[in-house]
Amino acid sequence: MTTLPAPLQGWFDRRGWQIHPHQREMLARAADPCLLLIAPTGGGKTLAGFLPTLVELSEAPREGLHTLYISPLKALAADIRRNLLIPIEEAGLPIRVEDRTGDTPSSRKRRQRADPPQILLTTPESLALLTSYEDAPRMFAGLQRVVIDEIHALAESKRGDQLMLALARLQTMCPGLRRVGLSATVEDPEAIARLLARHPDPCEILQADPGPEPDISMLVTDEAPPWSGGGAAYAIPAVLEQVKKHRTTLIFHNTRAQAEIFFHNLWLANEDALPIGIHHGSLDRGQREKVEAAMVRGELRAIVCTGSLDLGIDWGDVDLVIQIGAPKNVKRLVQRIGRANHRYNAPSKALLVPANRFEVVECVAALEAVKARELDGEWRGRGPRDVLCQHILIAACAGPFDADALFAEMTQAGAYADLSRAEFDACLAFCATGGYALRAYDRWQRLLQREDGLWQLRDPRSAARIRQNIGTIQDTDTLKVRWRGRGGAPLGEIEEGFAASLSRGDTFLIGGQIVRYEGLREMTVEVSRDAARKPKIATFNGTKFATSTQLSQRILRMFGQDRWPELPGHTAEWLSLQREVSRLPEPERLLIESFPHDGREQLVAYGFAGRNAMQTLGLLLTKRMEEEGLAPMGFVASDYAVLIWGLDAVTDPKPLFDLAKLEAGLETWLQGNAVMKRTFRASATIAGLIERNTGGQRKSGRQATMSSDILYDTLVKYDPDHLLLQITREEAMRGLVDFSRIREMCERVEGRIDLLRLKRVSPLSAPLFLEPGRIPIAGLADERLMQEEVAALLDEAGLSQLNAGNPTIVAESPTKTQK
Amino acid sequence: MEQARNTLPFRFRDARLEALPSGALFWPEAGLLVVSDLHFGKCARLSAVGGAALPPYETRDTLLRLEGDLETTGAARVICLGDSFDASEVEGELPEDDRVWITRLQAGRDWVWIEGNHDPGPVALGGTHLAELSIGGLVFRHIATRGAAGEVSGHYHPKARLKLRGRTLSRPCFLFDAERLILPAYGAYTGGLRSDSAALRALMAEDACAILTGPRPVAIPMPR
Repeated sequence: MTTLPAPLQGWFDRRGWQIHPHQREMLARAADPCLLLIAPTGGGKTLAGFLPTLVELSEAPREGLHTLYISPLKALAADIRRNLLIPIEEAGLPIRVEDRTGDTPSSRKRRQRADPPQILLTTPESLALLTSYEDAPRMFAGLQRVVIDEIHALAESKRGDQLMLALARLQTMCPGLRRVGLSATVEDPEAIARLLARHPDPCEILQADPGPEPDISMLVTDEAPPWSGGGAAYAIPAVLEQVKKHRTTLIFHNTRAQAEIFFHNLWLANEDALPIGIHHGSLDRGQREKVEAAMVRGELRAIVCTGSLDLGIDWGDVDLVIQIGAPKNVKRLVQRIGRANHRYNAPSKALLVPANRFEVVECVAALEAVKARELDGEWRGRGPRDVLCQHILIAACAGPFDADALFAEMTQAGAYADLSRAEFDACLAFCATGGYALRAYDRWQRLLQREDGLWQLRDPRSAARIRQNIGTIQDTDTLKVRWRGRGGAPLGEIEEGFAASLSRGDTFLIGGQIVRYEGLREMTVEVSRDAARKPKIATFNGTKFATSTQLSQRILRMFGQDRWPELPGHTAEWLSLQREVSRLPEPERLLIESFPHDGREQLVAYGFAGRNAMQTLGLLLTKRMEEEGLAPMGFVASDYAVLIWGLDAVTDPKPLFDLAKLEAGLETWLQGNAVMKRTFRASATIAGLIERNTGGQRKSGRQATMSSDILYDTLVKYDPDHLLLQITREEAMRGLVDFSRIREMCERVEGRIDLLRLKRVSPLSAPLFLEPGRIPIAGLADERLMQEEVAALLDEAGLSQLNAGNPTIVAESPTKTQK
Repeated sequence: MEQARNTLPFRFRDARLEALPSGALFWPEAGLLVVSDLHFGKCARLSAVGGAALPPYETRDTLLRLEGDLETTGAARVICLGDSFDASEVEGELPEDDRVWITRLQAGRDWVWIEGNHDPGPVALGGTHLAELSIGGLVFRHIATRGAAGEVSGHYHPKARLKLRGRTLSRPCFLFDAERLILPAYGAYTGGLRSDSAALRALMAEDACAILTGPRPVAIPMPR
């Protein structure tokens, strides 16, 4: 099937388009049971995925669902629908295309289940929901193909794991189902192919021509970047110059807070009032849509954005991508660069803007990695079991199931191929009874095994509650922000924790505006306009990526060079000076500097293990130092190093880096840790122990939300081996704790630790002293701080005798008031 | 004992009371321990309506703390201030071990169950069952009533937040003014209502105080 049917060929001809070689190849291999296409952004990937469907349906028109298209973003599904309708309508093909996402009205959703279109565009969550209905087999009857777009984005998260479990389910309903994955350029296509394959069958990989080399360089400014910080405010004039020189520029940031601050500063300097917008995931949907529409119409010269613009939405005429801050991960950089010149066979143009001196090194290393086409990525390992628990509950919603069959079906998903029956049974027990060591309330278990051996929901009403909880995306608890007053327009969302830190009159940035916090009303943050020029910084939702292992290694290798002609003068001199007064870190060794500063003994360990792991290392090292009587007082971590200050100098660091002792410390430290509690909350929600806060539950307030912290503490105390605690430990270790990279570092170094005693701060360590996020070491911090704070509060209120602890002097409290 | 030292004495009307770290109220002169909103069997009720089975350790945890408070205070009288059982029907569902445990705690003590909105009607366990009770000028009932004087109640599960340089601490708390004292929830799986919520602001006088529970209870002006 390499020639197009006449109507489609005619459409190509009228447009003067040639079919790309990889599109032709996809047609030729349309019958393959599983196929992964790797093509650069702008390579007509999506059309390549749909062509076989268009051909099959134009040659043999039919009713009923033929192709299911899955995209990671709702917006992408809607966008694809518009794009797909063009060839279908212009070629006059008898094909109905509809999308189905969380935004689809329920009347249309119902109709889609009764009378599905030939092509349905949806998201992993909506698909999981569809498979939970009893009538799913009827709706999916006759399904031929499933196309997963941007599968590289899904492969890195639990959403991908859930999707592959849903595919296994579909495959059981439709044995002839053919799978197609569409991916941007990735480092390890085999890993994605393994995920997509119906295990143990193989998945073939089709590589499209990667296209021309991208035109990518570092933005060199007259002013040297500062020693630390992530704002890159120094580069504002140079960035504005670039915006003026190009049609449309995308300015990417690593965090939303940084995007807000940069956007604010950009406007302060934007004397020509160029139309510049902002787009990130915390903004209100209406606001985002406005920016998207203005961009499609070509009305914006620049957009300040975050990862929310990362995926393959067609933004038209972008001719420059600027990345502010080191990219942390080469693969992400390459995919972002693909946003520019969204046309095949035209080189993409991109500029990197380092936010500080160290990032200059990181940017140059990333540029070399791009040139060498060396991408990075960490294999996620086997699928997490919280997703498995949710899948079991979804299966139960669809009807009674046989445990053997479900187990066999799940192990067809690559991420769960090596799942043991015992592990599966533990998940099933958790879903059924909670799986607690103490058995109680058997008569109210959630799933029951019937006499015929099948499992079913005890109470059919629980299906509705389970469906409401489907999905693996964790919404951090956020609050809506609105202008004060009746019907105030929505501005966006901020994290609950950030909102809690605000007092009336505090200012922060949202949507590029400085607003003043007025108060909380019915779970909504009310704000008013504020004319201040300097806001209190917004810390909402700052995802901090850790620098990838590959990029860190490249930087270490760069340090080994004699000279650095590729670096700007100021940065090369800085490294030379470090070599002169101390030493530069090396790949196979661990450099530790020790010096007095600020009346304290300072220790810097250059572990190069990424921010999360270095943070964990700081916690563990200070704990070990405490054990060794070295009186540590606090630490701060960056992607490369951890700085610890304390009363005594470390003279023998080797015992501190004893991997076994570090790991032993981890266990005890982890238990009471906020990272664990946060991870537990996420896993407990996915596994169905805690229900998501829906609007309705939340407003009632009184004893409404069962605190996940209480459940966590209870389990740790009474049931420490419970499945959910096992899952939490696993997840924390590979997520925020990132212990694997500490282990990797210890193994790489193998005890080759160099301790250098210096007289003063070394050049390489200097930026650490400016790094935010210093963590004090204090066991009873909460209680001590509370006593101080209480004393201050009572003084203020003239009630200082209230806590004196002596009942005889306690005033008749409080003063009588007439009511 | 450690815990005895960490109580916070305060005067309410003419009574000299103590707030315990656990959220219990002790009245030494009357030898009386008051606890509110135990919510025994909450897990069972939530599972019964089709939710997930929560860790079934809450009754055990609550009883452990209650036993500790009874030992340290040596209280001869106990008032459970309502919502002791999460639902009237779950009382009969309590595992036998827990029922025996409660009976053991009751032995030799004058024990009163005040009825709450979750558990109206008498209970099969020992003890007296009352709608409300007056002792020495104080009246004990589940839900605060407008215009009451010298009233001790529960029901609202009050909690208060305190900002500590960069972090926020939230703790269950006692609230009291000249005429009214509201106890925090004592049960293990109980959420809370913030002291700055409209309901609590309307109930409590302008100059009300909050006593935060925790290892060392502390009193602050009620956050509102």
